[in-house]
Amino acid sequence: MESALRVSGVRHSWPGGFTLDVPHLSLEAGESVLLLGRSGSGKSTLLSLICGTLTPAAGEVRVAGTDLTGLRPAARDRLRADRIGVIFQQFNLLPFGTVRDNITLPLRFSAQRRARSAPDEAEALCRGLDLPAGVLDMQAAHLSVGQQQRVAVARALIGAPGLVVADEPTSALDEGSQTAFLDLMFAQLARTRAALLMVSHDARLGARFDRTLRLEELTRPATLPA
Amino acid sequence: MIFRLALASLGARAVTVAMTVLAIALSTALFLGVEKVRTGAKESFAGTIAGTDLIVGARTGAVQLLLYSVFRIGNPTNNITWESFQDIAARDDVAWAVPITLGDSHRQFRVMGTTPEFFERYRFRRDGRITLEEGTLNEDLFDAVIGADVARTLDYGVDTPLIIAHGIGSFSEHDNLPFRVSGVLARTGTPVDRTIIISLRGWEAIHVDWRNGAPIPGQSTPADRLRKMALPSAEITAALVGMESRLRIFQAQRDINTYREEPLLAILPGVALTELWGIVGLAERALLAVAGMVVVTALIGMMATLFASLAARRREMAIYRAMGAGPRTILLMLMLEAVVMALAGAALGLALLYAGLFALRPALDAAFGLWLPVGLPGAREWAMLGGVVLAGAIVSALPAVRAYRISLADGMQVRS
Repeated sequence: MESALRVSGVRHSWPGGFTLDVPHLSLEAGESVLLLGRSGSGKSTLLSLICGTLTPAAGEVRVAGTDLTGLRPAARDRLRADRIGVIFQQFNLLPFGTVRDNITLPLRFSAQRRARSAPDEAEALCRGLDLPAGVLDMQAAHLSVGQQQRVAVARALIGAPGLVVADEPTSALDEGSQTAFLDLMFAQLARTRAALLMVSHDARLGARFDRTLRLEELTRPATLPA
Repeated sequence: MIFRLALASLGARAVTVAMTVLAIALSTALFLGVEKVRTGAKESFAGTIAGTDLIVGARTGAVQLLLYSVFRIGNPTNNITWESFQDIAARDDVAWAVPITLGDSHRQFRVMGTTPEFFERYRFRRDGRITLEEGTLNEDLFDAVIGADVARTLDYGVDTPLIIAHGIGSFSEHDNLPFRVSGVLARTGTPVDRTIIISLRGWEAIHVDWRNGAPIPGQSTPADRLRKMALPSAEITAALVGMESRLRIFQAQRDINTYREEPLLAILPGVALTELWGIVGLAERALLAVAGMVVVTALIGMMATLFASLAARRREMAIYRAMGAGPRTILLMLMLEAVVMALAGAALGLALLYAGLFALRPALDAAFGLWLPVGLPGAREWAMLGGVVLAGAIVSALPAVRAYRISLADGMQVRS
């Protein structure tokens, strides 16, 4: 089975001369990886490169075997819609939509995920993520932060994408809620066998993951302008 | 679902959106209203006189003849002799000829002398006929029939006495021979409403003791003696002429215009009305252009609110992008939003127009004799509404392109 994600020789330069250089990073199907990095170390940029909203200056980004860098922008958007679930740090949801609108939003942009999704998948995900019954028809803005993050997990997982990318999804939660959140997220990931790449600055979370990587180890020393 | 979310997004900004829609609605209502009044006025104007094939008067300009003979504006430069009128009326191809004579007034209203046939022949708005609101047509020599505006403005009714002044705005009055209102005409929306109509004989009667525009000193014929006199007309101001066949109109016009005994002018009322509207119409087109500019202003207001909303909505755009939406989808959503607002504004504007029409129609008719027909919107109205929506879409392209750029640069991240 091909890797969920394979990044090789990727280089990205910011204006001003800072460079992100990732020689190798790969995730197998169903694998969970915690990527640790200080803030400002380029974590979010790496996620944008993986999701194809940013194109690297050099290198390859293969999602489920397809090299994003060789695709036209529209095809990259489609690949992201089909294959990747995204969870942000916070403000994940469209506040004016219902929870159901938010969870099923990826299906709107991906025929593949629509086809893979059972009619009651949103309900099942809500149950699995311990969200109260009837939450689907509530307006997203009325949910607590913890509930919103769990709705974001449901949205990332609906239609079973092979890769879930999460950008510090627990940073807005207190410690007790973090554990419960991770428990529920891992349970649902196991169900769909999606690979998880989660970035965080919190090394204590490492025990829950198959592997922990440090962005500093992964990257070549940044070439700072003289 | 995207459409529903776009609507929900609009709903989340309800106050701003409502204000924008209201501005578009009001400007659209104004735009359509001006057009409605414009066409209504034009039709009303064109329908001022109908059924008359030729208007004959002394030689002058076509518009001037129309102005004084039909609109009672300005003064006749000259009269035509009764013999000339008889010659025209006696033509084989002339079906009827109604003489009218003008020049006197009562208060601010013109007095017109004519024959009873005038009430039968005068038509407005295709086939509108003059009808009596109350009373009777002229029976006695000193009976006067007044138009609806005259009755309302002066608060006159049947049996009100009235003194006719010699000339217009003069101080000499025919006060020895008072008239009596015998009838009040129903509103026509034409200058007839502002006219006092007396018989041609009555006209002659009050001028028996006058020569060259001044009373003959010491001479005063009593009313009863006048009633028994023949009182033939020597001169009239103009004549309304109906032809046996429309095919003969141009021949008759040519003959009258080359009449040897006296310089005469025959005009086709429709042609002269069009010519006159061409002069008046400039203002009306300018008004429509101004109303159009108001719509453009409202749409630019919408563009401004869309621009202003972009900064607050970068998070929303980033979420859509993360879900796999391309920047083009973001662009289309922005334009969709604008089209929805413009559509809502246009629809509300149309509703406002009809509400306004129903509410103001009687007042407009009463005040200006302008009757605006309320019907389903015509092709022109739909085209104007479509234009508003299309202009909304075009105007929204700028903020939409901006959103496209932002969402392309931001991707899934929000840089501030």
